[in-house]
Amino acid sequence: MSTSTSRSELTLTDTDRQLIVATQSGLPLVPDPWGELARQLGITADEVLERFQRMQQAGVIRRVAAVPDHYKLGYRFNGMTVWDIRDDAIVAMGERVGELPFVSHCYQRPRHLPYWSYNLFAMVHGTSREEVEEKAGRIREQLGDTCRGQTILYSSAILKKTGLRLAKQKDTP
Amino acid sequence: MQLDAADRQLIDSYQRGLPVCERPYAEMASHLGMTEEEVLKRLSALQAHNVLSRVGPVFEHSRAGASLLAAVAAPVDQIDLVAARINHAPGVNHNYAREHAYNLWFVMTAPDERTLHERLDDLENRLRLPMLRLPMVEGYHIDLGFSIDWEALS
Repeated sequence: MSTSTSRSELTLTDTDRQLIVATQSGLPLVPDPWGELARQLGITADEVLERFQRMQQAGVIRRVAAVPDHYKLGYRFNGMTVWDIRDDAIVAMGERVGELPFVSHCYQRPRHLPYWSYNLFAMVHGTSREEVEEKAGRIREQLGDTCRGQTILYSSAILKKTGLRLAKQKDTP
Repeated sequence: MQLDAADRQLIDSYQRGLPVCERPYAEMASHLGMTEEEVLKRLSALQAHNVLSRVGPVFEHSRAGASLLAAVAAPVDQIDLVAARINHAPGVNHNYAREHAYNLWFVMTAPDERTLHERLDDLENRLRLPMLRLPMVEGYHIDLGFSIDWEALS
């Protein structure tokens, strides 16, 4: 899988993996979080911080952030808007849609004809269906005649949502 | 939980990234004109009330392994059973019900591409439902959050 940004390669060590497992549900909320992690892992605080910075530079960590739960904030409507974009325009349209301030994710994915004809996905959140539809309308305006079809898939239930589970993956042969 | 202006400012300022430095919360505090203790107290409360799902790293699955978005069209009278089978399959970390003929959408993860497809093949066989496999071809905006419209929410 490729992303539009090229990153340097980094081979994760066992210590890196331990650090991922120790932080995947959050950093310690104490003045010296690296020191706290260092005690758990039996390495120094400087080493923890360095490894974190290295993983971030290499793109293994996208960002370290205060990650909001949009549903909990009041964005009860999550619409996965999907679009059938002409192949010759997909990159330009993907970039344009990805720049809209209300789009949280924007990806190109393959079609599976005849079952699935949509190749551009843009996630939109709203406090109502009307708000999601209004935002989808603003995406539509950007696409012009490159768009041959569209729909919105609203989520009706979140059945599972967990972060990366590296420990579990590693245990599986 | 009622959020005040300082809570909102914390979320707005740091949902896209916080400083990865020696004392990150002290750095945030000096930027916001709060004490470090207050930043920590507010972050803890926001996390305890699940307004923040976490304060921490967002990992790139494709760098720490492989992942793929998949969907199945479960018969409506069997959707709970199919969803439970998907949730229990090793490697599944998201599963959303959506209003569409393809009504279950999930993310499968694995340490590498080969294992990823083995897991998907296994699950597809067990569900006896054809599966849409939709790997990311290109990411144009990858989960960096979006501007929160506090007015609309209040």
